[in-house]
Amino acid sequence: MIKTLKHLYTALIFIFLYAPIATLLVLSFNASRTRSKWGGFTLKWYKELFGNRVILQALYNTLLIAFLSAVIATLIGTIASFSIHSMRRKSRSLLIGITNIPMLNAEIVTGISFMLLFITLRAKFGFYTVLLSHITFNIPYVILSVMPKLKQLNPHVYQAAQDLGASPLYAFYKVILPDIMPGILSGFLMAFTMSLDDFIITHFTKGPGLDTLSTKIYTEVRKGIRPEMYSLSTLIFISVLLLLFLVNKSPYLSKEKSSNKKV
Amino acid sequence: MNKKLLAFPYIVWAAVFILIPLFMVAYYGLTDKNGSFTLANLASITTKEHLKALWLSVLLSLMSTLICLLLAYPLAMILAHMKVTKTSFIVLIFILPMWMNFLLRTLAWQTLLEKTGVLNNILHFFHLPALEIINTPYAIILGMVYNFLPFMVLPIYNSLIKIDPNVIHAARDLGANSVQTFLKITMPLSAPGMISGITMVFVPALTTFVISNLLGGSKILLIGNVIEQEFTQAGNWHLGSGLSLVLMLFIIFNMVITALFDLEGEGNAL
Repeated sequence: MIKTLKHLYTALIFIFLYAPIATLLVLSFNASRTRSKWGGFTLKWYKELFGNRVILQALYNTLLIAFLSAVIATLIGTIASFSIHSMRRKSRSLLIGITNIPMLNAEIVTGISFMLLFITLRAKFGFYTVLLSHITFNIPYVILSVMPKLKQLNPHVYQAAQDLGASPLYAFYKVILPDIMPGILSGFLMAFTMSLDDFIITHFTKGPGLDTLSTKIYTEVRKGIRPEMYSLSTLIFISVLLLLFLVNKSPYLSKEKSSNKKV
Repeated sequence: MNKKLLAFPYIVWAAVFILIPLFMVAYYGLTDKNGSFTLANLASITTKEHLKALWLSVLLSLMSTLICLLLAYPLAMILAHMKVTKTSFIVLIFILPMWMNFLLRTLAWQTLLEKTGVLNNILHFFHLPALEIINTPYAIILGMVYNFLPFMVLPIYNSLIKIDPNVIHAARDLGANSVQTFLKITMPLSAPGMISGITMVFVPALTTFVISNLLGGSKILLIGNVIEQEFTQAGNWHLGSGLSLVLMLFIIFNMVITALFDLEGEGNAL
């Protein structure tokens, strides 16, 4: 009895979280242009999506910014984690505190603070201002997932490798890096996802010529969203779902996942 | 390899892109267009419309935080007992939805909540009264709960799975019933998770302008909407910064509470 209640409750919450996603899936096959009426099944929007330059350009910008900002944030964040890890307690807490500001602060405040910085620097608002902002708000997520891995690290293994004749760099690649790799990877994925889904910070740091999917959607809200947007997001969602499914099925990756449980 | 030297690039980065921008907000908020010191931007929070927006923001974000807490706690408990692997649970509840754009997901609630929308059709089918909450503050609360619920579930779940089951067994052995065990053991031990969940829901809910814009029609103004308009439409960065500073008082208050419970920033999130 209690077990059924538990399952029911979990199911209800999942319906709540996934109902809008299901709605968007259905809307992508809706022949009617308005989202409030069902006009029959169609694949028209999927066809038109690939002819829609504006949306494809926004998709390209979104993916490029997400990828570059995640790569750079992972690099900076991983190096920063090492140095923070080796700091004394007091300076460590201070730097971690500062690092967490973009994560704990309101996105609107972070957004306008970037905007004011770029205005003061007389930077041209566009691709690079958005990229720099995304790198900055991504770094804390990388540090947050790399730091715990560093704490679990056994320092003696690194020393042992060196005692056995490995150079510091070689020992780093062979001993330390494999151990913290799961943390680096999950930090990268987290950063990529965060950048991909961001609207608010992009809204304040983009120039008039540049649009990501989010800012494109926001300007279309009043006019009505183009149905091609629904088909695009459905395609993205389904591909990620498939990818996750494959990752879970693949024996190599699931082995890595089980060693990853402590993340 | 000198590790102290390794820290230098990141410290510069953090200074330029975290500290200086915040200083800029403070500078703009405390000066007027000629660059002279003023408190007028801060004081403008006391005008009737700004005060109304702030009050509504506080009210709606408190209500949605409370609803999130009430919904999330049982879910976190169920999931903690279910022995789901943590990664799959995080992906399902937190990461996967993010791959569908957050604006579209929130907009989808319009389709669900409309007068002739999906939800009302279902209610009609069961001969239940229609729900007319779209373009009201209630729709905004729903949008907040929908968007921020995962931020509440995760930290509570994290603190629940850390509880040593032996402590629970000991309490039961010593004669406490399940309600007593929950109130005296489980709940206090999960307090850090609840606190961090509360701050992680309250701050974005308090400062949002997107959810109110998408689900509240364009008539309901939250403090986030006021600030956003000052920056993107009115072009009055000084006033916008001043109001942001007021808003930051709430955020700093929140950060202090989080810091007290969670010194190394380990408990929050992932």
